Amino acid sequence: MFDSFTPAMLELFASSLVETLVMVGIAGLFGALIGVPLGVLLRLTDRQGVLDNALVNRLAGGIVNAVRSTPFIILLVAIIPFTRLVTGSSIGTAAAVVPLTIAAAPFFARLVETSLREVDAGLVEAAQAMGATTWQIVFKVLLPEAMPGIVAGFTVTLVSLTGYSAMAGAIGGGGLGDLGIRYGYQRFLPEVMLAVVVVLIAFVQAVQSLGDRVVRRLSRK
Amino acid sequence: MIQLQGITQAYGAHEALRGIALDVAPGEVFGIIGRSGAGKSSLVRTINLLNRPTAGKVIVAGRELTALPEAQLREARREIGLIFQHFNLLASRTVAGNVALPLELAGVAPAEIRRRVDELLELVGLAALRDRHPAQISGGQKQRVGIARALANRPKVLLSDEATSALDPETTRSILGLLKQINREFGLTIVLITHQMQVIKQVADRVAVIDAGRIVEQGRVIDVFTRPQHATTRSLIEEIVPQALPEGVLARIRALMGERPAQDAQLLRIAFAGDGADQPLLSDVIRRHGIDLSIVHGQVDEVQGQPFASLAVFARGAREQLQAATAQLRSAGAVVEEVPHV
Repeated sequence: MFDSFTPAMLELFASSLVETLVMVGIAGLFGALIGVPLGVLLRLTDRQGVLDNALVNRLAGGIVNAVRSTPFIILLVAIIPFTRLVTGSSIGTAAAVVPLTIAAAPFFARLVETSLREVDAGLVEAAQAMGATTWQIVFKVLLPEAMPGIVAGFTVTLVSLTGYSAMAGAIGGGGLGDLGIRYGYQRFLPEVMLAVVVVLIAFVQAVQSLGDRVVRRLSRK
Repeated sequence: MIQLQGITQAYGAHEALRGIALDVAPGEVFGIIGRSGAGKSSLVRTINLLNRPTAGKVIVAGRELTALPEAQLREARREIGLIFQHFNLLASRTVAGNVALPLELAGVAPAEIRRRVDELLELVGLAALRDRHPAQISGGQKQRVGIARALANRPKVLLSDEATSALDPETTRSILGLLKQINREFGLTIVLITHQMQVIKQVADRVAVIDAGRIVEQGRVIDVFTRPQHATTRSLIEEIVPQALPEGVLARIRALMGERPAQDAQLLRIAFAGDGADQPLLSDVIRRHGIDLSIVHGQVDEVQGQPFASLAVFARGAREQLQAATAQLRSAGAVVEEVPHV
């Protein structure tokens, strides 16, 4: 059964793993760059927030919900014109990063918002009593206090991205998931499929336990 | 130092505060006491405008806060420290980091922050715990961190919102002792909100009693203790100076009355404070008017360093003698009232 693992296949495996890491890593990074500010915005503008702005809150919340309710496979093809605008191409690994980022950002934003909501309102009140500005409340109180939860949320986001990245094959994004479908399913090589799943399990385990370790170190409660 | 004028706070149709007027003098410890839901927390938060009143003026250290734009209000808040019932410390920061926070927010230079934090931790007796996190220290220690943090920007006023309500009696005493020490050493004006008369008794110079959003009584603590006017005040004082007599005492008095029904007898509550409590007032009255007095219930204590007594006394003697005795007690500054006992 190891016949299918020719040197060429192993090379394909390695390059697919790199593609997955690139897609998940870059989409995770940009997802965080958009998701954290978006999560902060959602928290600040809600009714108990320091900026309390129903209009902005509903607008941002609406966009987040809309993206999150769109199945990823549809999102992937629906935003192709935008993807082409950003990366110059609508196919390939780089092109897959765009929809992955767009899927990750609102997902992560909700997790950030939830973590921020768990910061005791008394701490915000204490900061206000000290004369803190909104920026200071965000950077000196809300984000540091919510950091364990935000990191835990980022771990979940990376794991979800790993799942989504399997669909990137639909636009030629490559990656392990795509390899599993093309060789394991379409060419009837179940051992390749199995190997893909085993590697993905190992990858997710590694991400999760690394995330848990960071959360434990940050957590002071 | 703090003036509140006509403060009204309405949440829709519900008025949490109704026409509150207070004037807190510089360097004084001013207590505000009331039951839960009386509006205490709303009131203390109007002083730094965390709670913006619907109507009225807030003046702190000569500045009308209610008239300041947002940026200047933030500056002004640095002159008003606030400590909380649940401490509100940042779990992510160490003890020293928590004390440093208000200094960082105010843009103080790092070297100066370090120096000031050391000084403050020394003041509250936590220098040894500077690198612990809040989860690793006790409630009393957390409140000391809260106090150090509130003092960091050298405020003119310290507000305390039920700061000892989550602490045991012994820790409460030590925290109150610290507040009193700070009040004396730095001449800091302190406003404390509490539901515990014990707290008022230990540290406050003056007290205001709040009930259903209104100040129903205010004055020097010793006066309010000896002459409580409002029902709420009486019931709050009841906790530390019992006003009602236990049933057993009443039963004994009824028995005594039955023994010699011919004689006039009165059950009196006598409260005296200050110098009066030091003088042999009762024995003098007994000698001079030839009456019998037996103390059936009561308490002798100290409020704000002044002796204070509240006694229930069963007095027997001729009617005129009893009246003369009562008059003498009153002229000596005691509050005397007859207690119905049957």
